[in-house]
Amino acid sequence: MKNIVGKFFFVLCMALLLSCPAPSAYAKDLSGDLEIFSWWAGDEGPALNALIELYEKQNPKVKIINATVTGGSGVNAKAVLKTRMLGGEPPDSFQVHAGQELIGTWVEAERMENLASLFKDEGWLDAFPKGLVKLIGTDKGIWSVPVNIHRSNVCWYIPANLKKWGIEVPKTWDDFFAVAPKLKAKGIVPLALAQNWTANHLWESVALASLGPDKWDALWSGKLAFDSPEGIRAWELFGKVLEYTNDDASSLSWQQATDMVVDGKAAFNIMGDWAAGYLNTTKKLAPVTGFGWAPSPGTGGEFIFLADSFGLPKGSPHKDNALAWLRLLGSKEGSDAFNPLKGSISARVDSDLSKYNDYAKSAAKDFGKDRIVGSLAHGVTANEGFMNDFASVMEMFLKSKNAAVTGKAAQQVATKNKIGR
Amino acid sequence: MRNISRDHIKAILTLLPSIILIGVFVYGFICNTFWTSMTDWGGSGALAENPEKNYIGLSNYRDLFTGFLGGGFRQDLVNAVFYSVSLLCGAIGLGLFIAILLDCKPRGEGFFRTAFLYPMSLSFIVTGTIWRWMLAPNGGVNILPSYVGMEKLPLKWLTSTRTILEFNWQNLWQVLLCVIAFFMIMAGLWKLKDETSRAGKRWIVIGVMTGTLAWLFGDILPKALFMEELHGFNLATLGIVMATIWQYSGYTMALYLAGFTGISQDMRDAAMLDGASSAGYYRFVALPMLRPITLSAIIILSHISLKMFDLIFAMTGPDNAETGHPALTMYLTTFRANDFAKGAAIAIVLFMIAATFIIPYLISSYRKGND
Repeated sequence: MKNIVGKFFFVLCMALLLSCPAPSAYAKDLSGDLEIFSWWAGDEGPALNALIELYEKQNPKVKIINATVTGGSGVNAKAVLKTRMLGGEPPDSFQVHAGQELIGTWVEAERMENLASLFKDEGWLDAFPKGLVKLIGTDKGIWSVPVNIHRSNVCWYIPANLKKWGIEVPKTWDDFFAVAPKLKAKGIVPLALAQNWTANHLWESVALASLGPDKWDALWSGKLAFDSPEGIRAWELFGKVLEYTNDDASSLSWQQATDMVVDGKAAFNIMGDWAAGYLNTTKKLAPVTGFGWAPSPGTGGEFIFLADSFGLPKGSPHKDNALAWLRLLGSKEGSDAFNPLKGSISARVDSDLSKYNDYAKSAAKDFGKDRIVGSLAHGVTANEGFMNDFASVMEMFLKSKNAAVTGKAAQQVATKNKIGR
Repeated sequence: MRNISRDHIKAILTLLPSIILIGVFVYGFICNTFWTSMTDWGGSGALAENPEKNYIGLSNYRDLFTGFLGGGFRQDLVNAVFYSVSLLCGAIGLGLFIAILLDCKPRGEGFFRTAFLYPMSLSFIVTGTIWRWMLAPNGGVNILPSYVGMEKLPLKWLTSTRTILEFNWQNLWQVLLCVIAFFMIMAGLWKLKDETSRAGKRWIVIGVMTGTLAWLFGDILPKALFMEELHGFNLATLGIVMATIWQYSGYTMALYLAGFTGISQDMRDAAMLDGASSAGYYRFVALPMLRPITLSAIIILSHISLKMFDLIFAMTGPDNAETGHPALTMYLTTFRANDFAKGAAIAIVLFMIAATFIIPYLISSYRKGND
């Protein structure tokens, strides 16, 4: 009996030994594994799969491990990533919001490989807008490859419904306050809101409308305080907007809030333009005729942007495979395969617009001419410490609706997290 | 002598692996967390391979309890206390009730026992997802009446923003004294029913005195915070309490049922012969005999409620102050804000609270073992 167990273990050990991959890096044909870590599951999954298919066509011997962790805005994925990095088990390449979220967390911790030479070799310094490259880099290097550009301040609606109710898309918040009570009287929610992070998302659109782009930038460079009169006015406006949202917001996902608009239960929804992908791909609505969009009230001519990007962590187990992945992401081909499905626009200046739908065409046009500012809710303007504390400041406001105290709290949070240092 | 010592060696050798493992992975990490909570590990560069950590003493704890930005944590703490208390009452009460019903040996007892115990076998994530759907404002429980042609219920199980039993955190000491006085009076009343009433009277007198003193002269007590800050029981937590009770009342039922079956039939017959009603039998005979079971149910449920994370995360998600819990705040502070030191401080606070439940229990059972 003992013998059998012993033999069994011997065989098991041999099998394990044999299955260990031999280190065969510098081969021209890439092989082995490539683990990609992202939060693109569910509705955003098809876009990622398009990229993976393309990669597999180019490198048929590489086995892709698609490690996704669901959760809007990457709430869960980021935590999983941190435990993996701290445990010395980094994925080959991971998704991260370009901007302070990457720089404040990973670059300052010296966990990322510098991609400046890759940018130079591939000619990306000219392919991406200058402002964007500056944003994903520091004075020491460039740290990630941007895959897409999303717009945060978009107001979504169903044109047929608006016609039925006899209202126009509000250009300013005052316009909105003029129609909102009428909608409310009809039992329609004027503005659909979902769980907590979407409140942050709405806040940035409202605050930008209240402050204007110059003061918005001043807020993040530390030149304007959150508890200044302007800062507090932004919270006051936000409080007024909240009065016209649904009261079950905290139990809805962003898709459910968008569904409220589609089902005619709500008139408008302010959400990033991943909603275009959702409305188009999942809900099968045609842009312009099926669903409509406009800049969120008071932010016409302004473009709150956020970008997803992929970086190369130090200690990536299959570095060559990961570099090939990054090369694909930054290429025109990869970018134009991914973005039409994701509902975003390409970060490249030379993308083939004919492949994109009507929404993306209009967004790309706006991106070219609008004033570009960074998003708070999606990691462009502030580091993760501030974003986390800001979420509790938001909770404080949702409960107390006290603009002055909230402004003060936000300023304390900003000081603590060295915003604009 | 030789025999005994060889026995000892064998015993030590057998125990050694688990002592080392527990020493490292439980107590070692508790100490490490405690040490982390006294440093300033956090902020930018927190995730570097050799992050910078400086000793700053207890200032993380001070921030949590008296700092301007610790308000969220304080609300979570208050919420966790209310959550624990309602879970204890609910799960033990309901479990006991079902156990008594099943103890009367109805037909299909075995089936019901399994049915009630079954929720225990689900993971919290599953329970949480099911109950989130059931308690959704426009679905689940709320639309049940519409199937029989009635209006749909307007209940906001998980999204209510109402708060009851609010108190000002500044008056924390006053409130705590009043709570202690209340329990003293209750204990006194309980003792009064026994024949030796002197101890009971003493408890009541002391309780009433503390209560009135705290009530009248509470203003002299030092303020626990520099500004007014209201905390209370958020009604949105009720939905989570319901889900937890649903999951755990089967467990308390099983505990009690095992206890009831352990009481010999003679005892029951004797009580009945002396003229006890069914209610009287449970109240005066069965329950007092099952006091150890009640105690262990309280210990287990209270520490489960203090550790609760996945259920709340699945039902209402992160950043939901209405249903916040220190365990969630700990996770978010550590792994989202990268503020490892403060996260460790929250973890230690939770650990201390759990210890206040468990250590007295361990001591009392240790003493009993020695007798």
